[in-house]
Amino acid sequence: MFVRRYLIPRFVQYILVIFFGVTAVFIIPRLLPNDPVMRTIAELRARGASLEPGAMDKIIADMTKMYGLEGTWLDQYGDFWMRLMRGDLGVSFFQFPTPVSTLIVTALPWTVGLLLTTTIFAWVIGNVLGAFAGYYSSSRWAQGMDAVAMVIRPMPYYIFAFALLLLFAYAVRWFPVSGGSSFGRQPSFTLPYIQDVLWHSFLPALSIAVLGMAVWFQTMKLVVQSVVGESYVQYARLGGVTERKIVTRYVFRNALLPQITGLALSLGLIFSGALITEIVFSYPGLGTLLYRAIINGDYNLIMGITIFSIFAITTTVLIVDLIYPLFDPRIRYS
Amino acid sequence: MKVFRDLLRDYRFFWGFWILVMTVVFASLSFFSPYDPGLWGEAPRDMRPSAEYWLGTDSNGQDIFWIATFAVRNSLTIALIAGLVSRVIAVTVGMVAGYLGGKSDRVLMFVSDSLLVIPLFLMIVLLAMLIRDSMSVISLGLLLAIFGWAWDARLIRSQILSLREREFTKTAVLSGTGTMKLVMNEYMPYSTPLIFSTLINNMAWAIGLEITLAILGLLDLSIPTLGTMLYWAISYQAVLLGRWWWVLTPIVLSIFLFVALYWLSVSISEYLDPRRRIQRVGVG
Amino acid sequence: MNRMEEIILKTEGLKAFYILDVYGKQKTVKAVNDVDLAIRENEIYGIAGESGCGKTTLLKTLAAAMEPPLRIVDGRVTYRIAGADVDVSTLSSEEIRRLRLEYIAYVPQGSMSVLNPVARVRDTYRDFIESHISTQQRDEALVLAKEHIVELGLPPKILDAYPHQLSGGMRQRVTIALATLLKPRIIIGDEPTTALDVVVQRGVVQLLKDVQRKLQNTIILVTHDMGVHANIADRIGIMYAGKIVEEGTTEKIFGAPEHPYTQYLINSLPKFGDKTPRESVPGSPPSLANLPTGCPFHPRCPHVMDICKQEMPGFTQVESNHRVACWLVGEGEHGKVA
Repeated sequence: MFVRRYLIPRFVQYILVIFFGVTAVFIIPRLLPNDPVMRTIAELRARGASLEPGAMDKIIADMTKMYGLEGTWLDQYGDFWMRLMRGDLGVSFFQFPTPVSTLIVTALPWTVGLLLTTTIFAWVIGNVLGAFAGYYSSSRWAQGMDAVAMVIRPMPYYIFAFALLLLFAYAVRWFPVSGGSSFGRQPSFTLPYIQDVLWHSFLPALSIAVLGMAVWFQTMKLVVQSVVGESYVQYARLGGVTERKIVTRYVFRNALLPQITGLALSLGLIFSGALITEIVFSYPGLGTLLYRAIINGDYNLIMGITIFSIFAITTTVLIVDLIYPLFDPRIRYS
Repeated sequence: MKVFRDLLRDYRFFWGFWILVMTVVFASLSFFSPYDPGLWGEAPRDMRPSAEYWLGTDSNGQDIFWIATFAVRNSLTIALIAGLVSRVIAVTVGMVAGYLGGKSDRVLMFVSDSLLVIPLFLMIVLLAMLIRDSMSVISLGLLLAIFGWAWDARLIRSQILSLREREFTKTAVLSGTGTMKLVMNEYMPYSTPLIFSTLINNMAWAIGLEITLAILGLLDLSIPTLGTMLYWAISYQAVLLGRWWWVLTPIVLSIFLFVALYWLSVSISEYLDPRRRIQRVGVG
Repeated sequence: MNRMEEIILKTEGLKAFYILDVYGKQKTVKAVNDVDLAIRENEIYGIAGESGCGKTTLLKTLAAAMEPPLRIVDGRVTYRIAGADVDVSTLSSEEIRRLRLEYIAYVPQGSMSVLNPVARVRDTYRDFIESHISTQQRDEALVLAKEHIVELGLPPKILDAYPHQLSGGMRQRVTIALATLLKPRIIIGDEPTTALDVVVQRGVVQLLKDVQRKLQNTIILVTHDMGVHANIADRIGIMYAGKIVEEGTTEKIFGAPEHPYTQYLINSLPKFGDKTPRESVPGSPPSLANLPTGCPFHPRCPHVMDICKQEMPGFTQVESNHRVACWLVGEGEHGKVA
């Protein structure tokens, strides 16, 4: 029953979403009126590359092949999937001929490093504060924190990032305005380098973490408030179960369940990057990569990032769906 | 009216409502603007806020105060178009899925589930690049509307599901009331507050995406919006060069808008959920 | 039954209201409105009434489980503990916590969500035991708990089950087993049979009876189901709109009901061989936030008189074990509290 009613539908949805998502990514750019090959050549010429007329045809043919634009749409579509299975996302138009996958792999650690730490940090702190604020919701500090969260929560993260930027980097000048690390430093695992990275990541991290905390704080507070009203909590209380047990084993344990799903969804979002935040702080992650791709009209790169995100998000959601029954016996044994 | 007066007693609704009214008033000042928002260099460049230029001027030679009135107007228009059109989709999908159930329910819910999992934003970016040249206020509103209905359709569906179980549905069906009439006369009045609160949330989402797309340069950058104001500020390195007033105005306006919309929606959804209302009351 | 039995729980002029502030307007829900009860040791006392008459709130105040916005506005609840009367409002929250399960236990309505959904039954047992028994005796207590479960006719392997895996009847037996674990003097049952089907209901009623006989303690049972009361209660209080309107032994209440409301409740019960349609109480119970003047039952009463609309009658002692608050009963004694 568990396998048929729970596991199989999730696998089917996983496969279908990837299928439709990737198909959409395949179709959308093909609706574009201009020819990416000619655009690339024009771009190469504009940069001053001299191309002999004889070599031209071969270059065009090579590029058409490289971009997967040979044959009918159906041929291309099949080819597109074949390449994808091999992990080949094509080459970047504008950082020609660097493979898209290489660019993504270079930018990925920056984004994951920034977002994984901030997301998990925000999740833990936000939930702990939210849990207590929900349980002791009439206390003054809980109401004070709620008021702060009410103001921070509705802001998109980049608006908040701008506000922080104006405040700290510009008005107070405590932190550097931009960059993942000081210019010209070679990446290495030395303490000064790591310190440098942390220093430069501080503001973008702060903007994401504080906002995330406000979000988790508020949802957890609401969940806890509703769990406190559940009959099993009332019942335990009428059975004289100690306050500490009620808080930890009844209220928090149950309130955490929806938050686990929430964490999954926001971990999935990591892979689309904290786009504008990265741009605002010139942080060299996926967001900035995407930004440059958009500015340069580098379609292959955007498609690559999109496909990568589709895989990453759906896979994260699937993994959490598979882990979730461990926390919730109602799903495990039904 | 009574509902409205009750809601105004909630400080969040009170402030949210009045901030929104003030923003709309601010936006309508644009009709009295001495400047044409499409023209650059009408004012001296990079002036600090002063008696003549209340909020300063930018590097394009535009008066920030007046350009901001246009920006708020356009951003609100985009959000309203996106919100209203996607409400039509969300309500249709939610009601059809909820009322008919069965296969159509499963298909529609699969589509909306997929829209929730797929990196929508990147899809929007891909499409926006495609129609970049014809990206007007209206077309952006419509583009956002296509993607912004999935979650709300779910909410409306589950409300319809619970309404369908109620007595009056059975009575109405047995007495031969047409489906359309049933939905319009019986379900709509119940769902209106929910639809309204999802509209507000959706508008906030649309304003956020408008700003993101604009910063990425995917809008017609000659149209002043909150997003394009930030785009120009970023591309002229306003923060690095110390022109804080240029960034400050759109940021402060956005914060007011987002906070006001959020407070309105929280207040309304709490009003809709009496359990939470009592809880809140019980504390106070 | 011994006539000299001691009063174990009593309320005097008890008023418990929900005081709400809904969008600036104050609203008072008078859920328990001037209730005097004297519940004896070794009896099963039934409280009957329609839903929304305040019986669940009355239980909460009896179990000292008020939470805002519910407040005791007037009167008090007294427990008799080890020969001394204890006013519940003087106890600290830790003292009340200790009394629960050890002195006064609670059997809830057997709904799905009464037991912690993410814990095995064993863990719930452990939580309850560890909260009341000192560390040294815990292991022993757990063994006793297992024996106790078997005694109540439950298979011991349910300890390893999760709540959603149990049937409604099983869950209700688990809660009864938990409530009797520490042999409390008082057990409070809040509609313990309501969510169950008829056959299971009978089993649960029998189990409660057995438990009471064995422990010789007091059960206060709240249910709207007069059939259950007929089956199990020694005495019954009829509650209407936050007030007790009639109280007497089960024989008196069923044999000679005096209050028109009680008569309706009794007449709505099915009887063997009687095929006339059962009449239920006309109209609907009043809102506790907006009570009618005088006797709250007067808008629904077939015998309504002028005085009923103006003044609430006091109790008339019909017999030594039977009192009623109605203007129709007991000439010349109106307004006297016996």
